[in-house]
Amino acid sequence: MGSNMAENHPVGFQWVMEARERGAEVIHIDPRFTRTSAMATKWVGIRAGSDIAFLGGIVNYILQNDLWFEEYVRHYTNAPVIIEDTFADTEELDGLFSGWDPEECTYDTTTWKYEGMELHGAAGNREEGFGPTGHQAGHGGAGGGLRHGEPPSEDPELSHPRCVFQILKRHYQRYTPELVAETCGCSVDDFVFVCEALVRNSGRERTSAFCYAVGWTQHTVGVQYIRTAAIIQQLLGNIGRPGGGILALRGHASIQGSTDIPTLFDILPGYLSMPHTKTYGDFDRFMEANISPTGWWGHFKAYWVSLMKAYFGEHANEDNDWLFRTFPRIDDDNSTYWTLEQMLEGTVKGYIVAGENPAVGNANGKAHRLALAKLDWLVVRDLVEIETASFWYDSPEIESGELSTTSIPTEVFFLPAASHVEKDGSFTNTQRLLQWHWQAVEPREDCRSELWFYFHRGRRIKEKLAGSKDERDALIEALQWSYPTHSPIQEPDAEAVLAEINGSVLESGAFLSSYKELKDDGSTACGCWIYCGVYADGVNNAARKKPRWEQNATAPEWAWAWPANRRIIYNRASADPDGRPWSERKKYVWWNGRRWTGDDVPDFDETKAPDYVPRRGARAEEAIAGSHPFIMQPDGRAWLYVPQGLEDAPLPAHYEPHESPFDNILYAQRASPRRQRHAGAAWDPYNPVADEPGSDLYPHVLTTYRLTEHHTAGGMTRSVPYLNELQPELFCEVSPELAREARLEHGGWATIYTSRSAIEARVLVTRRVKPLVVGGRTTHQIGVPYHWGTRLLSTGDSANDLMHAALDPNVHIMETKAVTCGIRPGRRPQGKALVDFVAEIRDQAQSQQAQEPRTEPGEVRRT
Amino acid sequence: MLLAPVRGRCNVPARQDARGTHAEPFCLERTREKGWVTLVDTIASWPVLRQLREGDPLGRGRAAQSPRSKALRPRIDEADHVVQSICPYCAVGCGQLVYVRDGEVMHIEGDPASPISRGRLCPKGQASKSYIQSPVRELKVKYRRPYGTVWEELDLETAMDMIADRVVETRARHWQDETEDGAPANRTLAIANLGGATLDNEENYLIKKLCVGLGIVQVENQARI
Repeated sequence: MGSNMAENHPVGFQWVMEARERGAEVIHIDPRFTRTSAMATKWVGIRAGSDIAFLGGIVNYILQNDLWFEEYVRHYTNAPVIIEDTFADTEELDGLFSGWDPEECTYDTTTWKYEGMELHGAAGNREEGFGPTGHQAGHGGAGGGLRHGEPPSEDPELSHPRCVFQILKRHYQRYTPELVAETCGCSVDDFVFVCEALVRNSGRERTSAFCYAVGWTQHTVGVQYIRTAAIIQQLLGNIGRPGGGILALRGHASIQGSTDIPTLFDILPGYLSMPHTKTYGDFDRFMEANISPTGWWGHFKAYWVSLMKAYFGEHANEDNDWLFRTFPRIDDDNSTYWTLEQMLEGTVKGYIVAGENPAVGNANGKAHRLALAKLDWLVVRDLVEIETASFWYDSPEIESGELSTTSIPTEVFFLPAASHVEKDGSFTNTQRLLQWHWQAVEPREDCRSELWFYFHRGRRIKEKLAGSKDERDALIEALQWSYPTHSPIQEPDAEAVLAEINGSVLESGAFLSSYKELKDDGSTACGCWIYCGVYADGVNNAARKKPRWEQNATAPEWAWAWPANRRIIYNRASADPDGRPWSERKKYVWWNGRRWTGDDVPDFDETKAPDYVPRRGARAEEAIAGSHPFIMQPDGRAWLYVPQGLEDAPLPAHYEPHESPFDNILYAQRASPRRQRHAGAAWDPYNPVADEPGSDLYPHVLTTYRLTEHHTAGGMTRSVPYLNELQPELFCEVSPELAREARLEHGGWATIYTSRSAIEARVLVTRRVKPLVVGGRTTHQIGVPYHWGTRLLSTGDSANDLMHAALDPNVHIMETKAVTCGIRPGRRPQGKALVDFVAEIRDQAQSQQAQEPRTEPGEVRRT
Repeated sequence: MLLAPVRGRCNVPARQDARGTHAEPFCLERTREKGWVTLVDTIASWPVLRQLREGDPLGRGRAAQSPRSKALRPRIDEADHVVQSICPYCAVGCGQLVYVRDGEVMHIEGDPASPISRGRLCPKGQASKSYIQSPVRELKVKYRRPYGTVWEELDLETAMDMIADRVVETRARHWQDETEDGAPANRTLAIANLGGATLDNEENYLIKKLCVGLGIVQVENQARI
């Protein structure tokens, strides 16, 4: 679900095909019939944006029919845990959870906690960045405040009305097959078929996996999509076992690596929290808020201090709190769309873009291009001149007259980048595997790697600021910034950087082999604790290339997986509570009487017996019982119910997309109340929704997607001749019914519009998209790939220009997979007429909306 | 010869490393010595007879070869060396073999040794030689001055120095010691850095490290987590 794997991850899909050949059932649930559907044993078409209703229906089916994997659920999940009586569910509050603050539009998540559990970080420290909204815990940076590993109140019988199991049952009781069919636009039979197939292929003898991609994540409730799948997989016992899991099919070569070693605002390497402005100056309080008393996050201080030693060397020491006082602080949201707003307001002066094309790839592309024109300076690093570099003379806004080249103050530096064959380095793939790629040739002329660019830029800046007495320069002066270089261009040695990431014992210089060796006293340095061991004994394990035919199917000697070269995480769950494999067929990791062993590196203390019970007062991993596989969690269990760490819900509930033609069949609350909006912002206008007046001007559901021959915003493929011959232009997929209704001609042009903009595309009339009956009403869906822009070998309008920037509150992701739109035959107006066309429809819709405003309960105008 | 030797670089001769990538029909055996051509020889060389005589009844192997096709050699035989790499597109992480001759990439194909891809590549991975040798690839720094109407040339070293100056100046002018509430901030909100999901781990490490040192907190990439 949420993925077209055959199209977008074709080489990975060979394994799915092979499984199918051996008898596996492959089910594809998607708004469109795609190449994946064609290869599946069953396709179910659903409305874009309705997946939680579908998945929630599966949860209900499993629970109502008693089909859950009892031993797994009882022992490995938080099903028995009793929740505080302050918690109220969406069933009671018609789509809201307890703790809702209609003024702030946030939840007080302390109402969701385990009964008897102290709020971690202690009451009164809320402003310390560990507030009731739980933001800083959002990345697993610290768990809930369990003092002894075990939650205070449990009911092993699972019958207490406030235990998670019963709450879960009540929460999903109305997600019946009939309701699923009505919300998603599929048939009851198809839905039940999926439930039965999943259940049939789960249990001791069998496992099932969910594969997803951005079709699940790019929603205002993106995190909750994944959470619903997690609930199903916990109930069916499909986590930590071979053939199980929830597999993210990520889209970029090292998108996993760029979150592990993040170029993200709110985390540091290894998912350590960035300090918050509200954490004030106190290192001890920051530690208190982040160190989980139990589970592996109990060693947060060792991870943190070792990172500071890698960053600042001898300048960071215990006496100066490892330089914490001068460390930069973040706010709740300094994400890319927040930066966009700041750019539009003119407070961001300089922007450095390396290997990304926001002018095409980000939602509401026009806003991004207008924002670039407000900068003082911009640096773009890419292999080709992408739209982000050319906005000042070649963009739809220049054409429309909204921007004029001679009035744009932005100084633009375009620096050509080196490709993957022109530099050494490692990518982390979607399976957490660090794979080294060796340099094959020297980069030509001015082409340089990012390693070169950032290293030499940092070196120059350090030189310019050398000797500064200003306190604000203390950190940059303390930064350890000497790496060996090679070749005439002075390329930094990537292996030396990898060695720093791996870490070492400072006194001896010996490379660390495991994060268990990290110390919180400053005697070890480590640039990313979860990558510790990739350079053990000075050997580049990421570069291991032992052919697959010389090793077993797990291929442990091909590259290196974090953590500790484990290929399946939480794999202790592949054995029963006593440590025996659930079945011979699904044997993977087990207890042999003395230690854990098996086909993979056990994700558990090797000698911790299955019957180990933590002593009172045990901390960190010692507080995790021998029968609890989920060792990063403070209670060692998988969470059916999330008491802390999410902004928007402890249990996923179906909400309509921010823009949808329908009301919520389940609750009065239509869309997620916690979604981030830019209400009233001129740059991000929204279409009227559901039965609001004016919504009939944007009656259809629009979803975007990718093609095999292109990659994301096109910067890496619109430059390749072959690929542009294969996929030369933008098109839209519409059903024959919609084509008839809107007078669209196959092969002709269509104009698709939203409140943000309009684009033109060739019409592809196909039965691959079909009209769905939702809530008794027929709805049409339109699919558009988003690879094009104004430049390179093939050009076309950008689908992202149609998108709004309402976001998921946990991770600030945009909802490009389900918005509403209108469609008309023919090409779009050009130049200024385009702006007028969009504004005219928008004004018409908004004036109708203003005459008859709609109010939903719970907020002043809860849409 | 091609590059200064770098620690750890794979420098295996192409033919040796590429073993296993060529299927049998292309095997490079010597052809039989030819004597003078008789009528018998001519008849014996008729394809149908050769198929039967040479144990290739379906005519898909040796019997289908002509002197010309027998003499064909894979172009990778001319490579100076082959380097093991990873495809730069999606996150599956398929193995690539990059063949190099005279300091130029001459061919890229799937690495059969990879347990992930088993030698396969998708259309993008297959075309990645054209990606690195694209006709529209930029090789020189381009500079657009404020309010300028054209790209101008700029020396790389000069550009680097100017960019370093911009960072230093912007940071100095827009530094925030504290928030409005008096909480420590230690940052500049006037500079942002975007990108990372297409880059190497080592590169992302240096980017984040440098941004922390400079107090640049608006560091973002394609990933949402």
